[in-house]
Amino acid sequence: MTEPIEYRIESTSLKLFDVQELWRYRELFYFFTWRDIKIKYKQTVLGFLWAILQPLLMMVIFTLFFGKALNIPSQNLPYPVYVFSGLLVWNLFSTGLTSASNSMVNNALIIKKIYFPRLIIPVSSILVALFDFLMAFILFGGILLVYRQPVSWQLIIYWPLALLLCVVGTLGLGSWLSALNVKYRDFRYVIPFLVQVLFFLTPVIYPVSMLTNVYLKYTLALSPMLAVVELFRFPLTGIAPDWGLLSISLTSGTVLLLVGIIYFKRTEDFFADLA
Amino acid sequence: MKPILEIQNISKKFRIQHIPGGYLSLRERLAGALKFQPNAVEDFWALKDVSFSVQPGESIGIIGRNGAGKSTLLKILSKITPPTSGTIISRGRVASLLEVGTGFHPELTGRENIFFNGSLLGMKRREIESKFDVIVDFSGVEKFLDTPLKHFSSGMQLRLAFAVAAFLEPEILIIDEVLAVGDAEFQKKCLGKMEDVSKSGRTILFVSHQMGLVSQLCQRTVLLERGQINQLGITSDVIKHYSMLYASDNTFKMEQLDHRKVYAISRIRSLNGAGIPTSTFTHDEKIVVEIQFSARQILYNTHLMMSVNNKSGHRMFSSDTSLNNYSLKTNDENVISVTIPHNTLTPGSYSFFVAIHCPNTTSYDVYDLVCPITVYDNGSDFIQYENRWFYGDVFVKCQWSLES
Repeated sequence: MTEPIEYRIESTSLKLFDVQELWRYRELFYFFTWRDIKIKYKQTVLGFLWAILQPLLMMVIFTLFFGKALNIPSQNLPYPVYVFSGLLVWNLFSTGLTSASNSMVNNALIIKKIYFPRLIIPVSSILVALFDFLMAFILFGGILLVYRQPVSWQLIIYWPLALLLCVVGTLGLGSWLSALNVKYRDFRYVIPFLVQVLFFLTPVIYPVSMLTNVYLKYTLALSPMLAVVELFRFPLTGIAPDWGLLSISLTSGTVLLLVGIIYFKRTEDFFADLA
Repeated sequence: MKPILEIQNISKKFRIQHIPGGYLSLRERLAGALKFQPNAVEDFWALKDVSFSVQPGESIGIIGRNGAGKSTLLKILSKITPPTSGTIISRGRVASLLEVGTGFHPELTGRENIFFNGSLLGMKRREIESKFDVIVDFSGVEKFLDTPLKHFSSGMQLRLAFAVAAFLEPEILIIDEVLAVGDAEFQKKCLGKMEDVSKSGRTILFVSHQMGLVSQLCQRTVLLERGQINQLGITSDVIKHYSMLYASDNTFKMEQLDHRKVYAISRIRSLNGAGIPTSTFTHDEKIVVEIQFSARQILYNTHLMMSVNNKSGHRMFSSDTSLNNYSLKTNDENVISVTIPHNTLTPGSYSFFVAIHCPNTTSYDVYDLVCPITVYDNGSDFIQYENRWFYGDVFVKCQWSLES
């Protein structure tokens, strides 16, 4: 038996995040993620294959419509490679954001009965999306081989960076929306719409260079996903991204993380009363 | 010794929104903000100034009616919701079984649910692995371990859930009505487990509506009433007090006496051992039935009979006395009491039959199904059957022996 732990329960805690506590509960991150991955593919014949099939089918459709029919430029990459590289990070963001936003409401029963740091829930749903990302990433490796696409060694810097930024942006927006969703169920309807809009505002199926309107460009940069996609593609295209746009996007990602997490923390205590 | 749990002036306020639909939507919030019209809210204090402390190894019962604040108190203790004001100092890990099986997922198998649920309740993965076999053994569902939970019967789900929770080892265990389900055999198993827990020196906070269980498991009990502590003390005293608190006036009174009757009953009431009128008793209390009547004449061979009816109105037993044994007044009311010894009636509800009669000849005044009373269990031998199995209306001391 460990030595007795003394702690106090008071009306409000001012501490932003109790890192020690999160560390003590580290296994729960794993268990929530593990549970959600299991449930996601239970009673499906193809199981984990769906994580690969979804982006693959999307790639085929986009290639047929935007690559072949509309001839959208793709920064010297074969269009399938171009669109798949974008879809890869985009899917991480969109599935992570959607499931994180709904995660608190979906786990309301648990929240009302058992205490644990609530942040574990949205973080775990993003980890589930990360699992799907890794599956699709293996396929991406295959696609690069098929198209004999050269990749710069700089990927060891840019890919982890893009991935980190993607997770940061997803967590920021996701935790914010998940907390809002507990209070106002209206957000359940806002989220799919938001994801749809962000998809067109992110250069997944078209390059940023296609946009001539400066204001539109800067509006796009407000989404952290612009930087994610651009950074992720950089080792493939070799075309340096617009660093001005990129820094706006990076800043917005950081701000989102702070706003999201602070809002989440401030409302966390009352989730059990509202859910 | 320092108390393991110090609860100091805990209060919890809820806001009740008076808006149609009952929940907050963004549109209403925005509309309210635009009109500068505050939402119609009302403050409701679920708990007010609750303070008590618990010593290590002690089992404390928490009782009170629905809405008295019991669940809110447990939620604050288990950190699910913060108090509005006040402080709790806890000197041990708290685990709560606010409802067993929380986090059980129908799509996961029994095995997977044990791991997820165990982790949610605060067990380390290694701990679950090492206790896995005993948990499975305790639950008795080993055959279905790799079947999705949705194919389990509700009884099996519950056994599995309780089994996981039973092997938690916190210093403070909070239990809320978990024993209200499951079959008698499993209940007994759970009770045994809980007794083991309290014997192993851990602290238990036990919330229940089953007075018998509370008195069996807890030395001290807190009675909550409208968010405040009404009484705190030795369990049996608190339960007695509790049963008195909700007693209704069951006194039977004849408003208009029929003066043509030779004997006329004017009042029947039930009193406890201390002579206080009440409609609620604990099983170990004696029940006094007091009959007040007038006698215009003293007739030969007149009897007073009192019978006890069970909740279906069937007569269970009677007691009869000849009024000729007493010197009755003819110019004033007479009061005669009959005492039902303690440990006679089992927990449940009863009513009385009272008659003044000449045996097998005539009845002068008769009332049936009057003066309803309720008997609560305060730790009887049959406690394990409480609300599970109907074992009869009366306690009878029988002799058992082994014939060689």
